[in-house]
Amino acid sequence: MDKPEKFIIDGIRLDGRKPDELRPMKIEVGVLNRADGSCYLEFGKNKVLAAVYGPREVHPRHMQKPTTAVVRFKYNMASFSVEERKRPGPDRRSIEVSKVSREAVEPMIFTEYFPKSAIDIFVEVLQADAGTRTAGINAASVALADASIPMRGLVSSCAVGKVDGELVLDLMKDEDNYGEADVPVAMTPDGEITLLQMDGNLTKEELKKAVEMATEGCKQIYKLQRDALIERYKKDLEEHKEEVELVEIIAESEETSIESTIDNTDESGGLNDE
Amino acid sequence: MSEEVMNELKRDYLYSLILKNQRADGRGFEESRDIVIKTNIIEKAEGSASVKLGDTYLVAGIKLQLGTPFPDTPDKGVIITNLELIPMASPNFESGPPGENAVELARVVDRGIRESHSIDLKELCIVPGESVWLIFIDIHVIDDGGNLMDAACLAAIAALLGVTVPAKKYGIGEDFKLPVRDIPIAVTAVEIDGSIVIDPSIDEGRIAGAKLTVTSNIDGSISAMQKSGVGFFTPEQINYVADVAIKRSEELREKFLEL
Repeated sequence: MDKPEKFIIDGIRLDGRKPDELRPMKIEVGVLNRADGSCYLEFGKNKVLAAVYGPREVHPRHMQKPTTAVVRFKYNMASFSVEERKRPGPDRRSIEVSKVSREAVEPMIFTEYFPKSAIDIFVEVLQADAGTRTAGINAASVALADASIPMRGLVSSCAVGKVDGELVLDLMKDEDNYGEADVPVAMTPDGEITLLQMDGNLTKEELKKAVEMATEGCKQIYKLQRDALIERYKKDLEEHKEEVELVEIIAESEETSIESTIDNTDESGGLNDE
Repeated sequence: MSEEVMNELKRDYLYSLILKNQRADGRGFEESRDIVIKTNIIEKAEGSASVKLGDTYLVAGIKLQLGTPFPDTPDKGVIITNLELIPMASPNFESGPPGENAVELARVVDRGIRESHSIDLKELCIVPGESVWLIFIDIHVIDDGGNLMDAACLAAIAALLGVTVPAKKYGIGEDFKLPVRDIPIAVTAVEIDGSIVIDPSIDEGRIAGAKLTVTSNIDGSISAMQKSGVGFFTPEQINYVADVAIKRSEELREKFLEL
């Protein structure tokens, strides 16, 4: 398709969305039999699968870390996922995407709980339509939770771009190809940014607004991820209702005790001076 | 890639300095190390530059060749950026094909140059669909003293500024200077214990949580960004880094007027 003359007509984008609207997302949890955790995710026309294995033994052995788990992330695009057949195997783009995606989810994993072990994350892009890395990170985050990997929270991800000089949420293919900027972002439920890339042209002010828009997008995605996980484990949650409540009570009391510890250390001038 | 071990004592020392608003080499948080750029140091290359950024030293060389354009951009020249982390530069580097760090560095350098449109690729087209100039930007890291990203970006653009297109050699007219329209400059900051410092030394880079590179242009707009490292930034920190990076890039750009 050639470059369209205009991307936004009367406030509506080429695929009928408003500037701050995400494409529809569908999330299914626990779709693979062998993996410890898995997720199938559709984001617009993107179709991605994520699988998590681990914590498990590290191979090759020299990669293991004495005090934490190693997290490995492999993003792979199927050769049929794009218009022109992609040569199978890792290219420079997927090496970079794998690296930044790993760094987007790893801050959320309690890697210190699993020294000398590996947590392997595999993302397979079955169909690509702009925003595959954000789709992959969303799926990986859910798959990690499905694999019962202890985490600080889920990571949610979406991109903001610029077309016709206007910022728009979640670029689709043509907007990505001919747009003026692309900013993929991933964040924690608290709004801390674990992935940020940008190419194109943005002013400082636009960057600020882009991050704000991405924050709103990520909030919506977080809800979908959470709902999908609850849907998958609804039955278990019902069955173990009492235990769940107990865990929540313990978690709450721990939180208050941690808070009081922090208060105490503050009064004594902080731990770092000791 | 094996990782060097850093002793706890040094780590604690660096953290304690940050808490006191200090850095091991006495710099302020927004201050970068001394930079020395030399250009046209390799006669055989069409353009070249070496950059010394504190203890970091690297060399960029540019070669131009005739080739065929990509089918989807028949009227545009091609830029290919490669970065080698050669084993002599650090005990952490191993020979072999580029690993993820080398690939990431090269791709971020490439993105800065490409997205700033500092090279007009259409001017590098000779016969649409058949023959265009291929620009190979190759960066060799010689000594890793931290913050390879900023040094690599500086070397690449410094080398490009001195490129003579070897048209005569290929029998297509007279040699001419490659027009460079913008000077994209990358500035990297790291987050250490909630504080932001720019141009991290090798030790600061190792204790840092997350890292953010912002590449900005002459007009003060941003052409590339990359967060890396296991850690995160708050939106406020990102806006702050963008601010500092744009300001710092203006100072650095003046260096190029001296070349």
